[in-house]
Amino acid sequence: MAEPLVVFENVVKRFGTFEAVKRMNFEIREGEFLAFMGPSGCGKTTTLRMLAGLEQPTEGDIRLAGKSLVDVKPHERDTPMVWQSLALFPFLNARENVEFGLKMRGMDKPARRKKALDWLERLGIGEFAERDVNSLSGGQRQRVALARALVTEPKILLLDEPLSALDAHLVIRMQGVLTKLQRELGITFVYVTHSQSEAFAMADRVVIMSKGEIAQIGSARDIYRTPASRFVAEFVGRNNIFAGTVNSAGNVETAAGTFTLDGKARPGEKVSFVVAADVVSLATSKPAAPNVFTAQLISEEFVGSMVTLFFEAPGDTEIKVQVQERSLEGIPREPGQQLFLSFDPSHAHILKG
Amino acid sequence: MKDDKLLRWVLTFYTALVFLFVFAPIAASLVFSFNSDRFPTIPLGSFTTDWYVKAFSNPEVWDAALRSLIVSSVTAVIATAIGFSAAYTDYRYDFVGKKAFLILSLLPPTIPLIILALAMLGWLSMFNASGMTISIIIAHTVLCAPFAMAVIRLRLNQMDPNLEPAAWNLGASEWVTMKSVVIPFTLPSIIASLCLTAAVSFDEFAVAWFVSGLNKTVPVVILEILTGNIDPQVNAIGTAVFLVSITLVVIAQVLVLRPAKKPEAA
Repeated sequence: MAEPLVVFENVVKRFGTFEAVKRMNFEIREGEFLAFMGPSGCGKTTTLRMLAGLEQPTEGDIRLAGKSLVDVKPHERDTPMVWQSLALFPFLNARENVEFGLKMRGMDKPARRKKALDWLERLGIGEFAERDVNSLSGGQRQRVALARALVTEPKILLLDEPLSALDAHLVIRMQGVLTKLQRELGITFVYVTHSQSEAFAMADRVVIMSKGEIAQIGSARDIYRTPASRFVAEFVGRNNIFAGTVNSAGNVETAAGTFTLDGKARPGEKVSFVVAADVVSLATSKPAAPNVFTAQLISEEFVGSMVTLFFEAPGDTEIKVQVQERSLEGIPREPGQQLFLSFDPSHAHILKG
Repeated sequence: MKDDKLLRWVLTFYTALVFLFVFAPIAASLVFSFNSDRFPTIPLGSFTTDWYVKAFSNPEVWDAALRSLIVSSVTAVIATAIGFSAAYTDYRYDFVGKKAFLILSLLPPTIPLIILALAMLGWLSMFNASGMTISIIIAHTVLCAPFAMAVIRLRLNQMDPNLEPAAWNLGASEWVTMKSVVIPFTLPSIIASLCLTAAVSFDEFAVAWFVSGLNKTVPVVILEILTGNIDPQVNAIGTAVFLVSITLVVIAQVLVLRPAKKPEAA
């Protein structure tokens, strides 16, 4: 089988004594939408900058299409990037910004002009081609930045938190634009973000990073349902984490209650497991189900038609339950209300480490 | 509300006073340059352009004007080139001793002019390079380069630090990026720096007087005419010099104060 498009092999990046990236090994497949996500300072942007050649790895090798990039200057790589600040050239108009990369490749004037206009048209901002970039709106400038990066028809596009400066409604629109473009062009997108919703909404695979290391690589679904570690479970957020000791019957004794995990835990072990917020059931009277516990309602939070309820279970265990607002009919929701919560053993996922 | 109005009037009056204080002597010089009387006294005599005719028919004045023009334009170009390099070095690189580098490169204008002039004379004499037009250019470049650096640095600080990497990323080498990104971005400040350093050099007296020898610039000639006798020619020359300088300074100010265009809110 051919080598993947990008290979990171034992890549380490140190700034002085600070290890920004600790021995990373991963691959980026041709044509996939890969998102790097993590808190600030986790090394995700440094990883992207190494791919663009703006940082040199301290150790290890990065290969693009089988060719080592280590000694290749940034301007000799074909790894265009969309910047968080957009970094449009303020002294050029929209079309001239898009033409920049073509001009550097020595394309003649009429050809590059036509190509730039085609791309601006394709991104729906053809009418603004001759406008000063500073007079465009945030969304329009975003599209100019995209056109400028894509006009050279690269194999791979790097995106460094490109949507972080946009209003919420524009973010959703641009997510649509990006995924559609990626499908149509069939090129690889490498996307860095701290936003879970952006990463999960667009990416085929998500790389969760923490303190310079990869915490997990997988689809949004994998990461959400089966987080690899406590860090990932907490970072993803919509998870309830329980910790306890497995008793002789194979049930886990936690502060919130004793739960059966269908034999997924061995007696004597200390384990942590997660239950996603959207698989917890609510009831006013004790249901005839396994893994029932009581908790006190603290507060609630609306996002669209979904509501997240925050509970406190015995032992200061914080519990989140996410349900459709409609399904809460008949359930009293005053703060302080005691309710019965339950989850199916098959929805519990045991954390490693 | 009433107090606000009063305060506004007081401030307006105060500002007017400051302008009067600064410009009254120049205005007086302008008025007397068109006055037929030999001595600057009130009441004025009749209107005349004789002093301009006299001043500009003096070959020594023309000679000095031409020299001032050459000195200030060459100085402006060299000082701006040095100032740009220093400002870019500051913007782009971090190195040991950078603080010392910055202090040293901004130091010359803080040295009293007489000291700088004496030092320049002594130094240039060591190479038998005093008393020539190039001596004035060298001395003025030392004096002007820090101004150029300050002006260009102001503009570079407004440049998105990702702008250069963005150009590399799109296939531009570092040299091409300098030519097609950094210089276009800083162009207003480069022009402002050219105007400002030209004006500083054009007006400068002390250093020019010490190192120029027989190659006099306009300010030096003015002093020489004045030391002989009271001659309203000086008013005519002074007015012309003032107009040149103020034009250059105004151009520089307009370009420097014009902010880097900010994108509209998203």
